[in-house]
Amino acid sequence: MRKATICIFSFIFLSLGILVAQDGHSDNNHSHGTEASHEHHDGDGHDHKEDHSHDAHDGKHDHGAESHNHDDHDHGHDHHGDAHGDNHGDHGHHHHCECGSAHHEYNAGEVAFHHIMDANQFHLFGDYYVPLPCMLKSDDGFKFMLSSSFGNSGHGNGAYAVDRYVMVHGTVMRITDPNFPMGKVEVGCYGHEEKEKDGKVLPHYTVEYKGKCLELHEKSTLDGGVLGGGITSFYDFSITKNVFSMLLAFVIMFFMFTRAAKGYVTRKGMAPKGIQSLLEVVITFIRDEVAVPFLGHKADKFLPYLLSVFFFILGLNLLGQIPFFPGSGNVTGSLSVTAVLAIFTFILTTINGNKHYWEHIVWMPGVPAWVKIILTPVEIMGMFIKPLTLMLRLFANITAGHIVLIIFVSLIFIFGGAPTATEAGTTGGSILGTVMAVPLTMFMMAIELLVAFIQAFVFCILSAAYFSAAVEEAHH
Amino acid sequence: MTGTLAAIGAGLAVLGAGIGIGNIGGKAMEAIARQPEAAGDIRSNMILMAALIEGAALIAIILAFFIK
Repeated sequence: MRKATICIFSFIFLSLGILVAQDGHSDNNHSHGTEASHEHHDGDGHDHKEDHSHDAHDGKHDHGAESHNHDDHDHGHDHHGDAHGDNHGDHGHHHHCECGSAHHEYNAGEVAFHHIMDANQFHLFGDYYVPLPCMLKSDDGFKFMLSSSFGNSGHGNGAYAVDRYVMVHGTVMRITDPNFPMGKVEVGCYGHEEKEKDGKVLPHYTVEYKGKCLELHEKSTLDGGVLGGGITSFYDFSITKNVFSMLLAFVIMFFMFTRAAKGYVTRKGMAPKGIQSLLEVVITFIRDEVAVPFLGHKADKFLPYLLSVFFFILGLNLLGQIPFFPGSGNVTGSLSVTAVLAIFTFILTTINGNKHYWEHIVWMPGVPAWVKIILTPVEIMGMFIKPLTLMLRLFANITAGHIVLIIFVSLIFIFGGAPTATEAGTTGGSILGTVMAVPLTMFMMAIELLVAFIQAFVFCILSAAYFSAAVEEAHH
Repeated sequence: MTGTLAAIGAGLAVLGAGIGIGNIGGKAMEAIARQPEAAGDIRSNMILMAALIEGAALIAIILAFFIK
């Protein structure tokens, strides 16, 4: 019975995929202009083909730099590369935008990267978005609005600038030009290229307004430039997609747990019922398999934290598994979130550390003095590396899962070779890609379900292990 | 060029972690086969150890990402 259901579902899924793919093919026939280059995906020796098709296009702009651009392209470089630094050299390629926006061919890596980023609006499907509140702070003061006030010009780009703020690919950015008018102003297309600065390749965004390319600032980040961010002209305190997901997880869990807790009062002494029986199993598992073995009689002190962190991570992992609206947020795959969780563990370890713990870090007993000199810096580094790995493990596992899923879904379009999903109004795909993508995606979804539990468990068990090292009594 | 080298480095890190986690898994299976009654303990320790090894590999991968 169960097998039959799975078969039926996969069949429906597969047929839908094929329908989408075929629809895309018929659409391609109507496509024109820059899309002509997609033919190069079909044959081998496509390098030459692509060059030719572009040359035909760029006819009048035929100079050295052009062909160099396309060479770069063929070798699999990101097509936002510095090759497009010359905004005006590529009219044939970007005939509709002055600012070097290069969204013409399907780039699975870029789609995946975009998916794992936080956003100021929630993508439903096509060009439909759930607006989220924006709270922005700049030198001009606070600005509160809904992300829908930016309008929509396709692909998560806003059609208007509101008080110099614009929406680029679902993210709010700010026009740096102080002469730009305040209020709601219609703007043109958005450009995106990568510029090298201090040896790092950083994204550089521009927006077209009255034929000029105006520079955009991304929101301020507190990474001090390590991750390519820094303090810019504005701060973003918005309820973003990730914040929304966290609030949703909070609400869901609040109701689940208060209901379960009430069950213990109203049905005292009786067998658990409903949601209570689901949660009781997990809670006792964390207590008996994680907290007690590591922390012994001190387990009760740390159990609330361990349970909170476990259910928070598990809830958000599972929410992120849902591929559509209320889910799909990559919250536990966001460094900021995992960093905060890891910092909690670090603080709890540090403030609960007893004499024994500090002694083992600063002046390890029972080893010769010259070893102590080497050991102390290593132990002090270890203090910080522990939460660091905690942070990176969760981040990398969840992010990698999301990326792999998107890449598998992208197979449909990669094999279709169509300029899809980045070009408004066209959808393209291939039957071959769909046949491959569907089982691979289902397989990966199942793996990710497992990873969702394992990572929540691992974060919890490692936190417990660090606490246990901090509160352990001397026994020698 | 540095990007390629970073990618090779990340690959090597994963290779090491793969061997490590493979060893843990194999030994854990052996241990469970020898003492099935300790399966629960062995399993949670196995996951813990795998997570620790994974941590080292992840640091290498993240560094490789940022070095380019």
